[in-house]
Amino acid sequence: MYRYDEFDQSFVDQRVTQFRDQVSRRLAGELSEDEFKPLRLTNGLYLQLHAYMLRVAVPYGTLTAQQLRQLAHIARRYDRGWGHFTTRQNIQFNWIKLDEAPDVLAALAKVQMHALQTSGNVIRNTTADHFAGVARDEIEDPRIWCEIIRQWSSLHPEFSFLPRKFKIAVTGAPNDRAAVKVHDIGLRMHRNAQGEIGFEVIVGGGLGRTPIIGKTIRKFLPKQDLLSYLEAILRVYNEFGRRDNIYKARIKILVHEIGVEEMSRRVEEEWQTLRDGRLQLPADAIEFITKQFAPPHYPERPERVPALEALRLEDRDFARWLRTNVAPHRVPGYGIVTLSLKKGDVAPGDASAEQMEAIADLAEKFGFSEIRVSHEQNLILPHAALADLPKLWPALKVLGLDTANSNQITDIIACPGLDYCALANARSIPVAQRIMARFNELAQVHEIGELKIKISGCINACGHHHVGHIGILGVDKNGEEFYQITLGGHAGEDATLGSIIGPAVASDQIVEAVENLVGTYLDLRQEGERFLDTYRRVGNALFKERLYAAA
Amino acid sequence: MSAPVQKSKEKVALQAVTGNRLRDGAVIFRTRAGAWSTQLVDTETASNEIAAAQLLAAAEQDAKNAIVVGPYLFAVSDQSGELQAVTLRERIRAAGPTVIEAGIAAVQHI
Amino acid sequence: MPLLKNGRVSEDAWQKVPDDAPAPSYGPVILSLARWQAERQNFLGRNAAIGVHLKNTDDVAALQPDLDRIGLIVLDFPKYTDGRAYSQARILRERLGYTGELRASGNVLLDQLLIMQRAGFDAFVIDRPDAEQAWRKAQRAFNVFYQPTGDGRATIPELRRHLLHRAAQ
Repeated sequence: MYRYDEFDQSFVDQRVTQFRDQVSRRLAGELSEDEFKPLRLTNGLYLQLHAYMLRVAVPYGTLTAQQLRQLAHIARRYDRGWGHFTTRQNIQFNWIKLDEAPDVLAALAKVQMHALQTSGNVIRNTTADHFAGVARDEIEDPRIWCEIIRQWSSLHPEFSFLPRKFKIAVTGAPNDRAAVKVHDIGLRMHRNAQGEIGFEVIVGGGLGRTPIIGKTIRKFLPKQDLLSYLEAILRVYNEFGRRDNIYKARIKILVHEIGVEEMSRRVEEEWQTLRDGRLQLPADAIEFITKQFAPPHYPERPERVPALEALRLEDRDFARWLRTNVAPHRVPGYGIVTLSLKKGDVAPGDASAEQMEAIADLAEKFGFSEIRVSHEQNLILPHAALADLPKLWPALKVLGLDTANSNQITDIIACPGLDYCALANARSIPVAQRIMARFNELAQVHEIGELKIKISGCINACGHHHVGHIGILGVDKNGEEFYQITLGGHAGEDATLGSIIGPAVASDQIVEAVENLVGTYLDLRQEGERFLDTYRRVGNALFKERLYAAA
Repeated sequence: MSAPVQKSKEKVALQAVTGNRLRDGAVIFRTRAGAWSTQLVDTETASNEIAAAQLLAAAEQDAKNAIVVGPYLFAVSDQSGELQAVTLRERIRAAGPTVIEAGIAAVQHI
Repeated sequence: MPLLKNGRVSEDAWQKVPDDAPAPSYGPVILSLARWQAERQNFLGRNAAIGVHLKNTDDVAALQPDLDRIGLIVLDFPKYTDGRAYSQARILRERLGYTGELRASGNVLLDQLLIMQRAGFDAFVIDRPDAEQAWRKAQRAFNVFYQPTGDGRATIPELRRHLLHRAAQ
């Protein structure tokens, strides 16, 4: 876990002081909304439908128990007692008051957190995969590089007014859980022929109005060149990215318009002027950050646990939970535990202050005080001993965090949608909840298997619907909520964008539609096929035929 | 935000002005008394384009005076006896989220 | 237009010459890039300082051959959200070694003074009564910075290494 030194702490403290001054000038009418808006956005404060929403950065989705407790405190003291975990590993508070926002930022700074650059046309929170540091297939912990990028990008004087927002993701494993191919810059760590670890640099991926898979502009970049190379890409984007149309302003449009070869050439040309400068990363600077992500000391814990085996045989829910919510850990005797925030009673990804505090306690007891936020809007205890699971699981049951549905049909990703968001065309949370209610039998959920439903309330695609196995996009048709369905999207290293299956369906038919699609899959699937596999084998046609025949 | 288009020969929809309160972001409506309220009930309505433009201009002055942020016109109807927003978006703004929040219960009306 | 430079507001001594107007016979003048490129020799022959006003779509490298003869470069922010001039400024200062006055004009907001200064600007066209106070506030807002620019400040990573090396001795 990265711990701030005096420099990092000074930086966030000074930022809070600066923002407090800006807020008081705004409230006194000395700053217009137009002048204040970029200042507010660069501190993560949006004006949404009902109130100001604060998006707090959770760098590379990693939290300490102390930080999670402080988030609970903020939820209680400054909001309505809950928070929402997002698809970019951040947390959002939906009912913040402007005149209290500086106090919220001060409370965050106390625990080495901030809301810097979680909004606006700036470099946003750099995300990693939520199993970083503990996954078996990992080559190197990507969070080291996320932290290096985080510092370099914080209040960068040249890149504070980009054409549009900029999102970077890093994967340290061949199995890409960070979805690097649908980011403005994706960095894939791997070894070259000499066995050295470096980055494949992928540029111009993204979802939204024009979803595109990113293109590789450099196959191997040595570690010491990372920041100078990123600076070159950002400079090319800052200079040549379109500014005439906000729907054409992302770097993906630039890459599409000039071509990947020309993009690569411009970046290399710019990079030649930067590579030998002060951005070069010396070994000891890398070491300083790397040390902070050293794994905890893992006491030896048994791989075979009689109590766990007994409970697995005795309790079918526990058996199911083990199957879906406990992933293999690098260290024998340990597991990566997903705490489902998808029970269906509240919005996917929402947690109450009480739940947050209880999870903090559990992390201290069962997980070296560390919690992760996944892109799938769940929380994770990344270092749970298998031998502790028979005690952990009942504690989760009490808190409503035990739903055994990780990566299953009811592990739905949904954006806040029209219930909260000023950009939305339709609601997404009630749709998610109705699907979850329809598929509330765990046996059926497990029978269906891996199926990722992602719901967005508008074309901005914060629910990542383009990369859902079933993607659902809310649209407004003559003032009514309708839902466009896409099939076959996938966010991993074999990333694909979903294809539209047919005309949008009405709100009161969307759950039936999902049922119908699941039914088609169950009828057609072959041994061992997940929904995505069956879809890739048979294609759109059969699914479409059955769906619209039933209508 | 722009107001919905009015066809002058047909029954004209009423318009009102809404925005968010600067200090705390609360959804507010401009009242007949020229103040701002979180309730739709005392909201000033305009039944023609000129009145609507005047109402919006007054609201924009309040924006300059750091009371409200981003005021705009929206369609309301009094057909049910009490004043209601016409679009789903504005009904949700007026009444709150349609889902139960993890911290407190929200209004469920749709 | 009043000019904020070195923390003080003053009137601008330079004269902007439109493309179709004759050049005045004396005094420092600001030309567009096109005019400068077309009449370079004439202006070099004048015994007065030369300034060039670039659009934020101009390639700053076009000035490279004459940077030591140019006393002022004006860069443009058509809207404060358009940040191209930040890159232009850094290239002029850090890659091309420009040492003359580098002026920000257009939609320049007081809350941008610090990052503009970091990018290399040392003068700002700004018509606000509180400009001098805003400049002082901007200078004091932060004393730690993560990124190297041409502003002469050490970065946090550099200070860190310095401390670590000192501790190791």
